[in-house]
Amino acid sequence: MSAELIVITTGLLVAAACALIGSFLVLRNMAMMADAISHAILPGLVAAYFLARGPNLLAGFLGATAAGMLTVTLVELLYRSGRVKEDSAIGIVFPGMFALGTLLVSRFFANVHLDADAVLYGEIAFAPFEPLLVEIGGATYDLGAQSLWVMGSLLVLNLTFVLLLYKELKLATFDPGLAAALGFSPALIHYLLMLMVSVTTVGAFAAVGAILVIALLIVPAATAYLLTDRLPRLIGLAVLVGVASAVGGYYLAVLIDASIAGAMATVAGLLFLSALLAAPQHGLVARALRLRRQRRQFAADMLLVHLLHHEGAPEQDQECALPTLPEHMRWERRFTDDIVAMLTGHGYAEEQAGNLRLTSRGRTQAQTLMGA
Amino acid sequence: MVDLLWQLIHDYTLRNVALGSAILGVVGGVLGSFAVLRRQGLLGDALAHAALPGICLAYLVTGAKAPLVLLIGAGIASWLGTLLIIQVTRLTRIKEDAALGIVLAVFFGLGIVLLTFIQQRNDANQAGLDKYIFGQAATLVASDVRLMAILGGAVLLIVGLLYKEFKLLTFNPEFAASIGLPVRGLNIALTSLIVVAVLIGLQTVGVVLMAAMLIAPAAAARQWTDRLSRMIGLAALFGASAGVGGALISVSAERVPTGPMIVLCATLSVLVSLLFAPRRGLVWEAFRQRRNRLAFRDRLRLKLPPIAKQPPKDA
Repeated sequence: MSAELIVITTGLLVAAACALIGSFLVLRNMAMMADAISHAILPGLVAAYFLARGPNLLAGFLGATAAGMLTVTLVELLYRSGRVKEDSAIGIVFPGMFALGTLLVSRFFANVHLDADAVLYGEIAFAPFEPLLVEIGGATYDLGAQSLWVMGSLLVLNLTFVLLLYKELKLATFDPGLAAALGFSPALIHYLLMLMVSVTTVGAFAAVGAILVIALLIVPAATAYLLTDRLPRLIGLAVLVGVASAVGGYYLAVLIDASIAGAMATVAGLLFLSALLAAPQHGLVARALRLRRQRRQFAADMLLVHLLHHEGAPEQDQECALPTLPEHMRWERRFTDDIVAMLTGHGYAEEQAGNLRLTSRGRTQAQTLMGA
Repeated sequence: MVDLLWQLIHDYTLRNVALGSAILGVVGGVLGSFAVLRRQGLLGDALAHAALPGICLAYLVTGAKAPLVLLIGAGIASWLGTLLIIQVTRLTRIKEDAALGIVLAVFFGLGIVLLTFIQQRNDANQAGLDKYIFGQAATLVASDVRLMAILGGAVLLIVGLLYKEFKLLTFNPEFAASIGLPVRGLNIALTSLIVVAVLIGLQTVGVVLMAAMLIAPAAAARQWTDRLSRMIGLAALFGASAGVGGALISVSAERVPTGPMIVLCATLSVLVSLLFAPRRGLVWEAFRQRRNRLAFRDRLRLKLPPIAKQPPKDA
């Protein structure tokens, strides 16, 4: 396997694993827990490094996951004490943990591998150079890049989690009350999900660093959330967007010779921006068009009713004269012309000597609108 | 101790660091009080991260490393992040937490791309841009502190002038709107002030830990009082103490970075307040519950002493 392929594959494994779990975070309005956990695992990593007397994959994993769960529990405890709100609870715990982590790093490990850059950018570019060595019966086998094994297992783990607990997660996410009533403990599901977030964050941390994990967890899921209303599709799209961000980010990084992790977050952001503008239902353009259509439709209905109301009455020539129509409807001249053109174009009204009159079709429509 | 105070007055670097951190603490405490009460604590976190690409772009465009230039860039990026968060939350189905996370991570990612891009260009002048990530209080010089003081003074002045409007916006935005206050404008104004507070903190604690300077002092102050004016004053005091305390500890011990130490001091103030603040303190609550339990047991034995007053349950 070429070095390039290893990096890309690692990236897309991480992105897919993150998107699977991130979908539920976004739907449950807990996106910022990803922020908290990803920062707070730093002291866990440091402690593991300290206890294992050096870098050790398993110790790091356990330490960081424990720190992640500690954060979740502390936030929960603070929040439940009723003394601070949830956002403050998050904002108190994780900077504290992260500050403790950086303090420990600079105090005791000033010259080792676990430095600030690794925390920020991750080491995905080095993925090809760390093989997984296994010793069996005195012989050492090189099983290929370690990152592929770690991220691959992570993806399988997350996939299993989501598939096994799909209906429980779905129920607890959309109707926690019903879930509780049916006997699925929302608290258990919450902590299980948080455990998965911690494990995922730890795995992704090594590849893309503490802060950009958040991008892979939240941004693809939020992008998918703008594109669909169905959970299975949301998860699928999130994985797709995540994978696209990982691959696109790699090439962007190579192109301008910059951080791969940063570029992955940037591409994810661009994909989100595209969905934000152009999503068919929930996009800003679609929203603006919908509002415009609704405004025009409502105005046309109003005008039809106005014409019906004054039809045959003595004041009809005044109320329905084209030159004074903007005053009576309290509309801009241009908007009025627009709506009049719409009505005459569709055969609901016609112009007679400077006056607007209903056609028989328009009359029927106006009467329907009035509920007659 | 006396030695340390002597240093504080006469050591140029320490004086700058302590003064700068104190200014940050005061401004963070004051604005954080509003942010915490409005449940917008994490907004500061997102805005701080969003500042990074602005810093890098300002450097790329001007080639200058003057703090003022970089701070203007940071302010613009951070403010754009704010608008994005507000608009995305208002116009789409994306909730606030996701909007915060998106802006935080994507802006920061872009910042890292720009930063590594600048670093690859091998231009000798660029060194030191990354100090804004974790902050490097030791590099504060007198002109930086002056800039921080001016920005901080302006923020405090505006908060003073709009105090009753902000207060109403915080506690009863519906009423504020009904008496004709421009609620959306005030919201943007208050958030913009948080952007300025973030700028003040960039050099000292950096983008990653800035959230703590907004949230921790205010959350600590909240435990001691139910009045906004007192809470703001206390938050400023806690913030400033954490700033000066962190700065002093970091000079008196070896290899202790200032930013994280300041944040740890602020976190400590929260911990102490949560446990020991009068009335709301968790320790007193535990005592009260124990006393109530005993009193209740006695009541069951028909001794009937009065039950101790319940503490307020609201946060």
